Amino acid sequence: MARTLFDKLWDAHVVRALGDGWALLHIDRHLLHDLSGPPAMAEVAARGLPLHNPELDFATPDHAASSQPGRTPGTFALGGRLHGALRDLSAKSGVRFYDLGQPGQGIVHVMGPEMGIVLPGLTVICGDSHTCTNGGLGALAFGVGSSESTHALATQTLRQQKPRRMRIRCDGVLGAGVTAKDLALHIIGRLGAAAGVGYAVEFAGEAVRALDVEARLTLCNLTVELGARFGLIAPDQRTLDWVRGRPFAPTGAAFDDAATYWLSLASDDDAVFDREEVINAAAVAPTVTWGTSPEDAIAIDGHMPDPADPVDAPDEAVRGAIEAALAYMGLAPRAAIEGTPVDWVFIGSCANSRLSDLRAAADVARGRHVADGVTAWVVPGSENVKRAAEAEGLREVFEAAGFQWREPGCSMCVAANGEQVPPKARCVSTSNRNFVGRQGPGARTHLASPAMAAAAAVTGRITDVRNLA
Amino acid sequence: MTMTPFTAVTGAAAPLMRANVDTDVIIRIERLTAFQRDQLGPYAFEALRRRPDGSEDPQCVLNQPAFRRAPVLLAAENFGCGSSREGAVWALMGLGIRCVIAPSFGDIFFNNCFQNGVLPLRWPVAQVEALAAQCAGGAPVTVDLHAKTVTAPDGRVSSFDIDPLRREALLHGLDDIGLTLKDDALIREWQHADRARRPWAWPAAQGALA
Repeated sequence: MARTLFDKLWDAHVVRALGDGWALLHIDRHLLHDLSGPPAMAEVAARGLPLHNPELDFATPDHAASSQPGRTPGTFALGGRLHGALRDLSAKSGVRFYDLGQPGQGIVHVMGPEMGIVLPGLTVICGDSHTCTNGGLGALAFGVGSSESTHALATQTLRQQKPRRMRIRCDGVLGAGVTAKDLALHIIGRLGAAAGVGYAVEFAGEAVRALDVEARLTLCNLTVELGARFGLIAPDQRTLDWVRGRPFAPTGAAFDDAATYWLSLASDDDAVFDREEVINAAAVAPTVTWGTSPEDAIAIDGHMPDPADPVDAPDEAVRGAIEAALAYMGLAPRAAIEGTPVDWVFIGSCANSRLSDLRAAADVARGRHVADGVTAWVVPGSENVKRAAEAEGLREVFEAAGFQWREPGCSMCVAANGEQVPPKARCVSTSNRNFVGRQGPGARTHLASPAMAAAAAVTGRITDVRNLA
Repeated sequence: MTMTPFTAVTGAAAPLMRANVDTDVIIRIERLTAFQRDQLGPYAFEALRRRPDGSEDPQCVLNQPAFRRAPVLLAAENFGCGSSREGAVWALMGLGIRCVIAPSFGDIFFNNCFQNGVLPLRWPVAQVEALAAQCAGGAPVTVDLHAKTVTAPDGRVSSFDIDPLRREALLHGLDDIGLTLKDDALIREWQHADRARRPWAWPAAQGALA
């Protein structure tokens, strides 16, 4: 029987079928961060249980770590407490812990693939919804809450019900200045923030094949904003080339054996999906959000919706939602998004903080300067990204252009480390969530690609990066 | 932490009929770093319940006297989307909510509910709206998991479907970890075979690498 990529990954990890589509699934990698790691580890200890396989668990502080240059664990006091708990619990139970300032530290979904901790064909969980990022390598990766994290630490398995399968085929080739981030926002805008609920989503098609691996991680990162717990892209030669040589990747003949298996994971030609969507990637423009859900995504030449227009607002509920979002964002109906003045720019997060993202932003920043009145931050996704970027001179480019170059972590994407966009300030952010209050109470977030964020920083407005020659 | 069983609840059903209510709105992340899981109730839905100056917004349905301790929440599409924070469920429980009825839920939030004895029910939007209309004044509904029914204020009884494994676990407050560890021999056998099948998937214990 023909199987999808997801089916193959799922089937390979079933320890026991539990009936009704449920399975006891083996978990190959468990990433632990400072926010969700300590409570789950403490709960296992409180039950008097050992960690089932500590060699499969990997910990690093990211959410509550300050990004301030010269930081220590205690720079953000609450974060320091969580950092200490994660470090001590890891040491006690034999879990690898990557501390601030060490190669390996970083946003879990950046350091995992970068270190080869996450590999194609593995099941990967983390107490973080953006664990779907790792599906860009062809891993079956998904976010869990504290209880499931505890369960996996104690048993190395999870009881899971198989989701339905969706394929989103992206035909054509992305245009110049258009990135995986734009493609992701475009898809969410088109299909809606709930389209993926109950599904595992495989991204396929010419435009996806053409993405480099870091861009694939970006695309899969936003799958949860489509409502899906899983995003997936089949491993191919690009994946193999990217994985080879990473610290935890297999070497020699073991790599070749693994690679043969990884390439066999692609969906069979005649595999059947529960839902199929087709996107014309060639028609995607640089895309930004205007509202308070990632589905509020429009092309850079687009306009705000009009709650009085029956096309934009077919019913009372939608009208109310548009009115509330425009009011929160301080925007007028029908206004153009391009030209909207900005106060802050944040380049970072598990969506867009890898070396290729920083290069794209630096290409725009080079020889320009952050506009008056704009505060612009660059927060590398990991210690390794930071060092690599510094080695090729990107730090100098950003600093010469007036950007702040900071320490790796989640920082202002989730604002769990005390770093917030001020109330009513408008921020163009390369993160993945523009929810009410996400970047701080009253903060106004516009999601965009790194190049678009850099363009906003240097012009002081939401700008089409393609027009910056 | 063992799970509170869910059998039945009776009480007001608060209508929060806006789509895509995310877990950041349900509980702000900094509350999770600052407070224990049983202290989150006062901070649930801050962005909706509080004005920028911190005072209560009387317009918010959750602040209206009829719904202050409502055990049931009626919601719109994609309730609980966004982050995986289980604190979103703990915050709802802190408000006294034990059942959420909505057309759809964020997948991770949906799972997290079952881990904590909160019952999420998926109903068609028209049915949620009809129930919301009846409950607008605070009239009580009864959600009965044994009978798999919801009794509306007008006495009409609707039955619902629920996955049998989920229902069993909720009714008895079953401990998943204890259940799974009964299969531990099987898990270890699977792992033993997997080490031969996929040696590349098994890093050495700490100390040997990195």
